[in-house]
Amino acid sequence: MYFWLFIAQVATLVLILGLLYRPLGDYMATVYTTRKNLKVERGIYRLIGVNPDSDQTWPVYLRSVLAVSAIGILIVYGMQRLQQFLPYSLGLPAVPEGLSFNTAISFVTNTNWQSYSPEVTMGYTVQMAGLAVQNFVSAAVGIAVAIALVRGFALRKSGTIGNFWVDLIRGTIRILLPLSIIAAIVLLAGGVIQNFNGFQHVTTITGATQSIPGGPVASQEAIKQLGTNGGGFFNVNSAHPFENPTPWTNIFAIILMLAIPFALPRTFGTMVGDKRQGYAILATMGTLFIASLVAMTLFEFDGSGTAPIAAGGAMEGKETRFGILGSTLFATSSTITSTGAVNSMHDSYTALGGGVAMINMMLGEVAPGGVGSGLYGILVIAIIAVFIAGLMVGRTPEYLGKKLGAREMKLASLYILATPTLVLVGTALSFAIPAVRADIEKTSMWNPGLHGFSEVLYAFTSAGNNNGSAFAGLTANTPWLNSALGVVMFLGRFLPIVFALALAGSLAAQDRVPATAGTLPTHKPQFIGLLIGTIILVSALTYFPVLALGPLAEGLR
Amino acid sequence: MSTTLTHPEVASHAPAPKTPQGAFSLGQLAKGLPGALRKLSPREMWHNPVMFIVEIGAALTTVLAIAQPFLGNATSGGSQQSLAFTWSIAIWLWLTVIFANLAEAVAEGRGKAQAASLRQTRTSTMATRVTGYDAAIDAAAAHAGTEHVASADLRLGDVVVVTAGELIPGDGDIVWGIASVDESAITGESAPVVRESGGDRSAVTGGTRVLSDRIVVRITSKPGETFIDRMIKLVEGASRQKTPNEIALNILLASLSIVFLVVVLTLGPVAGYSGAAPSVPVLIALLVCLIPTTIGALLSAIGIAGMDRLVQRNVLAMSGRAVEAAGDVTTLLLDKTGTITFGNRQASEFTAVSNVDSTQLIRSAALSSLSDPTPEGTSIVTLAEKLGYVHAGAVDGEIVPFTAQTRMSGIDFADGTQVRKGAASAVVSWVQESAPPQSGVLLELEAEVQRISQVGGTPLAVATRSADGAASILGVIYLKDIVKPGLAERFADLRRMGIRTVMVTGDNPLTAKHIAAEAGVDDFLAEATPEDKLALIRREQEGGNLVAMTGDGTNDAPALAQADVGVAMNTGTSAAKEAGNMVDLDSDPTKLIDIVSIGKQLLITRGSLTTFSIANDVAKYFAIIPAMFVGVFPGLQALNIMHLHSPASAILSAVIFNAIIIVVLIPLALRGVRYRPAKASSLLTRNLLIYGIGGIIAPFIGIKLIDLLVGVIPGF
Repeated sequence: MYFWLFIAQVATLVLILGLLYRPLGDYMATVYTTRKNLKVERGIYRLIGVNPDSDQTWPVYLRSVLAVSAIGILIVYGMQRLQQFLPYSLGLPAVPEGLSFNTAISFVTNTNWQSYSPEVTMGYTVQMAGLAVQNFVSAAVGIAVAIALVRGFALRKSGTIGNFWVDLIRGTIRILLPLSIIAAIVLLAGGVIQNFNGFQHVTTITGATQSIPGGPVASQEAIKQLGTNGGGFFNVNSAHPFENPTPWTNIFAIILMLAIPFALPRTFGTMVGDKRQGYAILATMGTLFIASLVAMTLFEFDGSGTAPIAAGGAMEGKETRFGILGSTLFATSSTITSTGAVNSMHDSYTALGGGVAMINMMLGEVAPGGVGSGLYGILVIAIIAVFIAGLMVGRTPEYLGKKLGAREMKLASLYILATPTLVLVGTALSFAIPAVRADIEKTSMWNPGLHGFSEVLYAFTSAGNNNGSAFAGLTANTPWLNSALGVVMFLGRFLPIVFALALAGSLAAQDRVPATAGTLPTHKPQFIGLLIGTIILVSALTYFPVLALGPLAEGLR
Repeated sequence: MSTTLTHPEVASHAPAPKTPQGAFSLGQLAKGLPGALRKLSPREMWHNPVMFIVEIGAALTTVLAIAQPFLGNATSGGSQQSLAFTWSIAIWLWLTVIFANLAEAVAEGRGKAQAASLRQTRTSTMATRVTGYDAAIDAAAAHAGTEHVASADLRLGDVVVVTAGELIPGDGDIVWGIASVDESAITGESAPVVRESGGDRSAVTGGTRVLSDRIVVRITSKPGETFIDRMIKLVEGASRQKTPNEIALNILLASLSIVFLVVVLTLGPVAGYSGAAPSVPVLIALLVCLIPTTIGALLSAIGIAGMDRLVQRNVLAMSGRAVEAAGDVTTLLLDKTGTITFGNRQASEFTAVSNVDSTQLIRSAALSSLSDPTPEGTSIVTLAEKLGYVHAGAVDGEIVPFTAQTRMSGIDFADGTQVRKGAASAVVSWVQESAPPQSGVLLELEAEVQRISQVGGTPLAVATRSADGAASILGVIYLKDIVKPGLAERFADLRRMGIRTVMVTGDNPLTAKHIAAEAGVDDFLAEATPEDKLALIRREQEGGNLVAMTGDGTNDAPALAQADVGVAMNTGTSAAKEAGNMVDLDSDPTKLIDIVSIGKQLLITRGSLTTFSIANDVAKYFAIIPAMFVGVFPGLQALNIMHLHSPASAILSAVIFNAIIIVVLIPLALRGVRYRPAKASSLLTRNLLIYGIGGIIAPFIGIKLIDLLVGVIPGF
């Protein structure tokens, strides 16, 4: 029975995403290539003093990305620190420095790691004017960088890679805003709340008093999923009935998470003028996604122990309204897209099932990954794959007609070097510095031993890959974790962006080599297999030892 | 210093280039050993970051092994670590470095042997320098003053006189005279070649010997930079620089090494949390097994061997960059004459006009060609004889040679009969001198001439005039351009490799089109001037294509320089040789196709061994990771899928495999991965299966086998 239910659920998902692929992908391609500006956009350009027709070189594009992000961090930090003076603060005090630092970076980097309980920390103004704005901006920045890299492949002998301000504003106004509005309405219809009620104090049937939080949840929820942000309005995120009330809002949330990341390969294919290239990337992402989903689901059904056997699977930490299937589908979608929302507690997953969630992130968030970041991530790994495979066919490797020389390889290598280094160094430092280790063991870890280690590893993996999901069970609101995770999130976001944009610049400057029979075809199943192999090999080789010390050691006991 | 002198007795075997391909023996390994040990110097190792890491690891492990007895109880990942284990790791790490150096030393050794035989022949010679040479007054330098100087003292632009039996003191161009020259010192070909002033055969190479006559040569090379000097440097690898692709690959390998360095450095504290901290030697062993040592060790050997393969085919590449570019070539420009067709046309058909007996035509054609020494003439006689013409007795007549004015050749017999053959229009007007020929015959002739031209042939009309002055047209000889056999298949191969072939010819478009179709080239450039050729190359390059061509004339020089791969013929002018980035000593333009294959093979070898090297890591992880932590987490034994004997033996076996695989692959690195022309996708499938999947499986087997041996050693 579960088998057919699983198939039905996946088939629905594939069908809907399949229907969205072409129209959404092509629409996004048009948005980023058209010369026409909307009236409101022209107004904004005039306001910020930008000439929408002047394209930027990659360093200028990068500076613009960094400027927008820096300003975002300052604003979000400032709002939190001054919370008590803001309207709709629900009487909540200013957020402490360390937490504000961490949260500001977290939302600007599209990570949405939350070291705090939102409903008792952030008032409505911070949530809506601070965090939700960054949900839009950080998503638009991600897509913009991806589009810039795609332009690198599409353009010939060009010194410029587009205009960041135009990309940012169009992405927000033409893609994210309209889709979020539609999504929010659907969520409202599904029972997600949208109010400014603050806390309601009620007496329950048993006579106890409870305080029930309210808030503008539906509007937040829409962009939280659509922009692969994942920062919940409530502490338990999408497990909360106000955020995710029913099985079908659950699947709707999953569709929102996957819609843009899975449609971007189409945008890529259309923009480079070879739609087959888009399908190849899509197939790669899709295969990894399905494989990961199947693995996690199997591990959860297989969860050993008396309680799981009685429940027909590992049900601890999962909502009964979603069941194992609704939970693993959500968990897979969320960890493999850099959303990081949760509708079940990953800490309670079986050791190996939780390990899969970690592996999803360790893949580098490319299957399909975050909005934009997934596409530029997979394109960089594709460059590595093409380089090695290209040599094997006896040519200086080229991808989409662009030669991969020393400069391209330097940038691609640095890109794949950045995140694992951050994750591993962050984790290792947490145990190498005696005072930090003592604090981690005493305050942060909920579970001792291997599972505790997994919690810390999960946190750094999540931060480094800008996912933001937590293994729960880890108290992260400590000076060390707030600052270390903050730094890891910041570098984990912007180092890859620097390399991706530099790569875009160097590719755009090249002429395009015409494809011949001697060129490695990058749209065939063979290449898809090669790309999948490279993605797995690159991450497996990097993370195998730490996984062996965490989930593997625990799961193989 | 500079000039080379070839002793005649060494000359015949001086150019070692003909060693059998892929020859590799244990003897070579032994010979390379001293070089390998010399390369252990950190200053040398620094250039190869991957192996440099291994060397540091080896040194560190050695220090730890020495210190171990004094530090007391050594543990790793919860298990005891014996002294024998530490020493074994240290020794095998050193062996890993030595094996890597050995690969390079062996590759260099082959070149060194060739260079030595060239250098052996270098001594100074005396040159006869002309003082105050003036080409306008005294081109032959017959009256000018001369002085004797050492060849080392010759400067660019000096003019020297070389007479029969003397060695040419330096590279230069003949400004006056003609001579036969023994060039076996550089080409290995013992038959002398003719060199003459003017034209495309004026270049002479220092160290070659003039066999006849006297020539005046203008020196075109600086001392120490002569052709042979460069040749020695090239085969020795002294001027070897990393090629662009090699640099890109090195970057990837370095960054992989850094990733693994981070993995290993962070593993200590992380494992320490669980009380499973591995010892430093174990961590170093893991690091060395993970970083791409196999390709890191063989990379430079692959590059050197690639150049060497070219040298073996008598092609000198001026840089490794050119060899790589050859693999990337997408357009080949091939000269028609000499490359696609045999240098000369051959008679293939006689067509008599209607009122003439064909035997008469054949007889007249043969008679008029008997004394014609050109290949065309001989081919007419051959064809006539094939058709039954029997030559009886001596010909009594006077040969009329071909001139550009008459455009005819022929014979005037003693009895007054004349025979002429040549361009149709010329022959017709010759016939008209006596009487206008019948219009029917004229039409017939014209039709035949038209037909032959259309199929790319050259028509030769034949006519006769009897002693009484009556002239008549006999018929037409069809001279055909013969396409070299087997070329069509090679061009089909090239097409499969994604390379477009363009035939370049001075012929008219009609003829060119026909020959192009017959040879199977993709495109042709007819009535080509050197400027057209250059323009074609530029056009191709603007479309993103990489162009390769051959050339020998001075007027080819701009095109050779513009082309991405320009192969100059050794018989060509020094301008052409300077402009190109390769020189073919055999002057065989067809070799361009081989050069492309060698370039591809070089890249394929690199890519395949990189894939193999990275794929190996999977098995090594399954050997080392469980072994590292099994003492603390017995559950990890489940990952020990090879069922290795013990943790110590598992780690040591992985290290030993990692070292031995380098030696095992040296022959492959030197010989190159087998390459046959095929589509990119089928090439990739094949190489992925062999080196990717094979790279994953092979170490599982290898490590298990080594473990079976190591397992019997007491203490493991």
